[in-house]
Amino acid sequence: MAKFFKMAVWSPYVAGALVGLLALASVLITTVVLDKGQYLGASTTFVRAAGLLEQVVDADKVAINAYYQSKKVKVDWQMLFVVGIFIGAFVSARLGKTQHSESVPQIWSERFGHSSIFRALGAFIGGVILIFGARMAGGCPSGHGMSGNMQLAVSSLLALLCFMVGGIATARFLYRKGDR
Amino acid sequence: MEWIIGLFTGVAFGFMLQKGQVLRFEKQIGFMLLKDMTIIKFMFTAVLVGMVGIYSCHQLGWIALSPKATHVVAIVLGGLIFGIGWAIAGFCPGTAVGALAEGRWHALWALLGMLVGAALYAHIYPFIKDNILSWGSFGKITLPQLLNISPWPIIGVWIVVGVGFFIWAEKKGL
Repeated sequence: MAKFFKMAVWSPYVAGALVGLLALASVLITTVVLDKGQYLGASTTFVRAAGLLEQVVDADKVAINAYYQSKKVKVDWQMLFVVGIFIGAFVSARLGKTQHSESVPQIWSERFGHSSIFRALGAFIGGVILIFGARMAGGCPSGHGMSGNMQLAVSSLLALLCFMVGGIATARFLYRKGDR
Repeated sequence: MEWIIGLFTGVAFGFMLQKGQVLRFEKQIGFMLLKDMTIIKFMFTAVLVGMVGIYSCHQLGWIALSPKATHVVAIVLGGLIFGIGWAIAGFCPGTAVGALAEGRWHALWALLGMLVGAALYAHIYPFIKDNILSWGSFGKITLPQLLNISPWPIIGVWIVVGVGFFIWAEKKGL
């Protein structure tokens, strides 16, 4: 068993199947213990975290904001879930010795050079755009892509297709120039 | 209790994401360039296992479904916007957190961007709610409800499509 956890990588099928079981276990356990089934998701946490930070500066503005109020600005199940992702990935990388210090990924540097400042700017702008889109669509690849599609939700199938179309088209435009 | 369960579920999820290699920028962009199907193998397997389990437990009456609402225009527009940002950042919200833990420092900037983007969305939400969200709204529907059939034939089709895709991807070495 210890050997399994210390492996550098798992087959994506093995890791994926375990995530499927985890998603099911999460809904079952939270239904019994918390009386409300929690499906895995991540993007709403960024709304709550932004609200918590904004509260420090201007609490009144957050209190009257319809979106913050609809999502409830507080530390909840999902925010701890997101914190847990950090811990789990950290432990896994340690055990498998697969930590990889990286400030500019290779595909990026082949196209945009080795400047870590430019990459930071790209990551930041990408982050702003993607969470905006995820909130408009109502979820990200976790909430819509995985949890929603496990439930055969119409919204999630449509969202996942649009994530892919947008991503594939943009990536071709951004990273493919050298190939042509 | 809510926090403890959330934390432990997240730890397990982060562990699996890292072992599955899906936290890597190369794997995310590799899919978008259609050169590496690792993240799709991972996600599709998770969805297939999850859908069998969730619908079984649902039919036994153990759990309730919680599908997200279908706002066609907002989902298409938001989904495409997400895709653009996803290709630039090379991370999605969950994987950015894990990627940072793995040592990919640039994910930190993506996470900061997400906080700013989330605040931005909150502040223009009244406009989006009155316009985009109300267009093409069909409520919280699932494919079995839409097609008015049992979920099992649909799950069967997904399993066939999934396994077919896996065989194809392995043959092509993607």
